[in-house]
Amino acid sequence: MMSGYLPGRSPLHRLPAGVKLAALALASIALLPAKSLPLLVFGLALVLLAYAALGRRALARLTLLRPLAPVLAFMLLLQAWAGGWTPAGLMDGIAVTVRVLLMVLLADLVTLSTALEDMMAVLERLLAPLRRFGVSPRKLALAVALVIRFVPVLLAAWRGREEAWRARSTRRPSFSLLPGFLAHTLRLADQVAEALDARGFGRHEASAPPPPKVGDEHSR
Amino acid sequence: MTHGATLETRSLVRIALFAALMGVLGLVPPLHIPIAAGVPVTAQSLGVMLAGLILGGRDGALSVALFLLVVALGAPLLSGGRGGSGVFFQPTAGYLLGYVAGAFVTGWLATRLPGPALLRGFAAAVIGGIGIVYLIGIPVFSAIARVPVDKVLIGSLIFIPGDLLKAALAALAARSVAGRTGPR
Repeated sequence: MMSGYLPGRSPLHRLPAGVKLAALALASIALLPAKSLPLLVFGLALVLLAYAALGRRALARLTLLRPLAPVLAFMLLLQAWAGGWTPAGLMDGIAVTVRVLLMVLLADLVTLSTALEDMMAVLERLLAPLRRFGVSPRKLALAVALVIRFVPVLLAAWRGREEAWRARSTRRPSFSLLPGFLAHTLRLADQVAEALDARGFGRHEASAPPPPKVGDEHSR
Repeated sequence: MTHGATLETRSLVRIALFAALMGVLGLVPPLHIPIAAGVPVTAQSLGVMLAGLILGGRDGALSVALFLLVVALGAPLLSGGRGGSGVFFQPTAGYLLGYVAGAFVTGWLATRLPGPALLRGFAAAVIGGIGIVYLIGIPVFSAIARVPVDKVLIGSLIFIPGDLLKAALAALAARSVAGRTGPR
């Protein structure tokens, strides 16, 4: 649930992640000046064929584009307005919309054929030159892992609060659940930080001043 | 064993957990606000303001950047279950990038503006979470969609009332959290 990756053994899956990302970057630059609607529609058809070749689960991913529909509609409306509501202006608007859709579908193709760990490995390689400026790939990897691990944890905590609300009230869960949830998140963060340091994570900064005590947050 | 974690580890984990929280706010159904006649509000941009107000400018911005990085790596955490690098090719990509600067400005202003804390938080969330986000989001939308900036600006006005409401909610929630966990 926490990844857009679809496991598989297609030729696209077997391409190295770095190659796919570089190709995506090149495609985005190449498509930038594209204005010809027939050419763009042809490209879109090719990409849709690639989805079909990847199987039914890849095609099912296309339904995830639904939240994009209002954005594209809004964009088309603005373009028609900017084009003075002429047919030519509308055609230009449609071409731009198809181009955006094409780019999004291409990028999603990379996402669903590349495991998150492989993406992360490419990122770490790209960040390696920044190490001398104090960017730590180890810390970044830990931070990414923490986010992925704690989304389901926090989601469960939120659902628990919603259920408790429903048990007490007939009204829909409201904004008033938020402050308690935020405080819970901060407490959880401090517990996780303690657990990490207890396992030696922050040991390299032993010369740092002593941290505030647990339950003594007022000391700051 | 010493008690508590080092400050650096503490802020790293807070940054990561607030990034996770932004994902959760995108996954849960919209919140209902009784005072606004039950208008549903998608909470992701609320998370941006909260990150700035609660974590401060630097950590808030890092938290939003980390959230966007995890989304770019493929985690489907944006509102509506979107994820992957495709979101950065959409016309709305500029608003996502604006979130990072917006969280920073929100946190930076929140401790520097004059006035009572609640009002300060609201003003900071309006300037950072709305002003800065739109300042970056609108030109990018204009460039990707190839629509003149003024038209995008006018089209964006319909989102302003909802965003003002979010800024008020963020200020209230941040104030309430500060009351529960002590001053920061």
